[in-house]
Amino acid sequence: MPSLNTEELEPKVIDPGPSKIIAPGFNYTTVTDKIAGVVLKPIQTTPKQWWISLFLAFCAMQGLLAGAVWLFYKGVGVWGIVIPVAWGFAIVNFVWWIGIGHAGTLISAILLLLKQDWRTSINRFSEAMTLFAVAQAGMFPILHLGRPWLGYWLIPYPNSMWLWPQPRSPLIWDVFAVTTYLTVSLIFWFIGLVPDLATMRDRAKHAWQKFIFGMLGMGWRGSAKHWARYQMAYLLLGGLATPLVVSVHTVVSFDFAISLLPGWHTTIFPPYFVAGAIYSGFAMVVTLAIPARKWFHLEDLITMRHLDCMGKLMIGTGLIVGYGYMMEAFMSWYSGNPHEMFMYMNRATGPYRYFFWSLILCNILIPQSLWSVKVRQNIPRLFIVSIVVNIGMWLERFIIVVTSLARDFLPSSWGMYYPTQWDWAVYVGTLGFFLVLMILFVRTLPSISIFEVREVLHHLAPNVTDDGPAPAPVHGD
Amino acid sequence: MAQFETPEHLLAAANRAYAAGYRNMDAYTPMPIDGLAEAVGFRRNWVAPIVLTCGLCGAAGGFGLLYWISVIAYPHNIAGRPFNSWPAYIPITFECTVLLAALSAVIGMLALNKLPMPYHPVFNVESFSRASIDRFFLCIEASDPKFDLAKTKAFLEQLNPEEVAEVDK
Repeated sequence: MPSLNTEELEPKVIDPGPSKIIAPGFNYTTVTDKIAGVVLKPIQTTPKQWWISLFLAFCAMQGLLAGAVWLFYKGVGVWGIVIPVAWGFAIVNFVWWIGIGHAGTLISAILLLLKQDWRTSINRFSEAMTLFAVAQAGMFPILHLGRPWLGYWLIPYPNSMWLWPQPRSPLIWDVFAVTTYLTVSLIFWFIGLVPDLATMRDRAKHAWQKFIFGMLGMGWRGSAKHWARYQMAYLLLGGLATPLVVSVHTVVSFDFAISLLPGWHTTIFPPYFVAGAIYSGFAMVVTLAIPARKWFHLEDLITMRHLDCMGKLMIGTGLIVGYGYMMEAFMSWYSGNPHEMFMYMNRATGPYRYFFWSLILCNILIPQSLWSVKVRQNIPRLFIVSIVVNIGMWLERFIIVVTSLARDFLPSSWGMYYPTQWDWAVYVGTLGFFLVLMILFVRTLPSISIFEVREVLHHLAPNVTDDGPAPAPVHGD
Repeated sequence: MAQFETPEHLLAAANRAYAAGYRNMDAYTPMPIDGLAEAVGFRRNWVAPIVLTCGLCGAAGGFGLLYWISVIAYPHNIAGRPFNSWPAYIPITFECTVLLAALSAVIGMLALNKLPMPYHPVFNVESFSRASIDRFFLCIEASDPKFDLAKTKAFLEQLNPEEVAEVDK
């Protein structure tokens, strides 16, 4: 570890560049102060951009309020869904939001098992993103029910109608997959927070802060025996969440793949959905992390190395998605089935062709720029690519859901889908809701895992000694 | 209770305390330290067996629920397929397994750790608030058979800590 440069502890924050996951000069004390300081500093010092973003996101969130109230009052007819396109924005957005959540679980669980130390600064943040994205996703199937107040009928429970859900239908698998995913994401996130909440309790100045963090932290005191059980539980949660995250989007893709519709009935769907989910999720992490690290001066903890790694994962998963598109085209030709062949031609040249070609542009062509280090390590360019991928993945879900339904087997039963203002209001509303939650989260809870960063510091600079006091790894004060 | 500046120092101290015959002790650190739990005499970690048991219960419960619904409670002939069409039950069985295993990992870990416990005597030591930030503590408990206030204190002093404090009940 390079020797201390005291200037780097001054308010001027320096990104240590693409080779380091943490800037030099941190020790256990300063890293705690830094991360906890974001939460504990007085409200007057909150950056102005934070307030503006919160306000804008809050305004957007009102779209959900208005859209949902009008929907409950009038029924799903206020949306653009028609027969044959009965799955409109609601399902597009459901799949998109669930997919976004996947990167959080991937970062926190799969990279934990792979012992990737660069996950540490971004895992808490992306887990929160998962949780909030899945919460948005979970609303859509309920809103999409004709009678949403009967949504609890999806749960198998003994009832006076003597009716049970149909366990051979992927729609019921979805209920279990999404609720399990939400629950496991929540406990994974919360249990990761507990030791940091104890830190917050000990760092807090005001009694009410101490009380809130103390209660949430459940009296965590860092006992070695507790840590041993904690680490085992955390590792097992990682091991459980890894197949879970793969299963969730697989089950979502079964909603399509198990039907007989051209363009849906294909075996490439599960892996291609999972890859697409991770692709869009990483794009969203990048989109959110870039402003957050800037506002709260966390460039020395969320470094260029993190952004670079996420850029590489985006290009990797993006190529898998590209392979999925190629296989869809190949299989529709190779099947020799006229409906399948027509489906693909219809996507590329039919009424939704602009969406299709924008999708190819956003998801396949533009992200190729991530091969270049000049894009991966250039913040504005990376930010733009991440937004493009988010849009591209949304278009992909739109193309999958709408084109296959709009023109299936019989030309007499074809129909077009046009989203209404209420479709847009609900979609924009969930974007606002999601951003409100994220913006509040980065200000009120430690958005970087403090104890895991301490562990990284410990592993970076171990000082072995048998007896007597040893010098601290790095002196920050 | 003795306070140390580095994890390595605490680990060495814990090993010496164990070698000196102390058994009821605990160490407090701001992050997990490899080997420390073993050094203070932690032997059996029950978290994994609990998770395995609950995971298996989840699998059995999930599959049992679906079997019961489709074969016993609400048999429904769909295109002549068997009532017990088990491949279609795998996704939900899997989800139930993960759900129960994950919940048991968290609840089991908290229960074994006897958390939530907002009050604990160690919090009475003023400098203990740094145990969650940047200091490493070793506490020999009064329930230890070898515990003797003066002797134990002298023992901790010779480990060369930053500070030794008594923990009030």
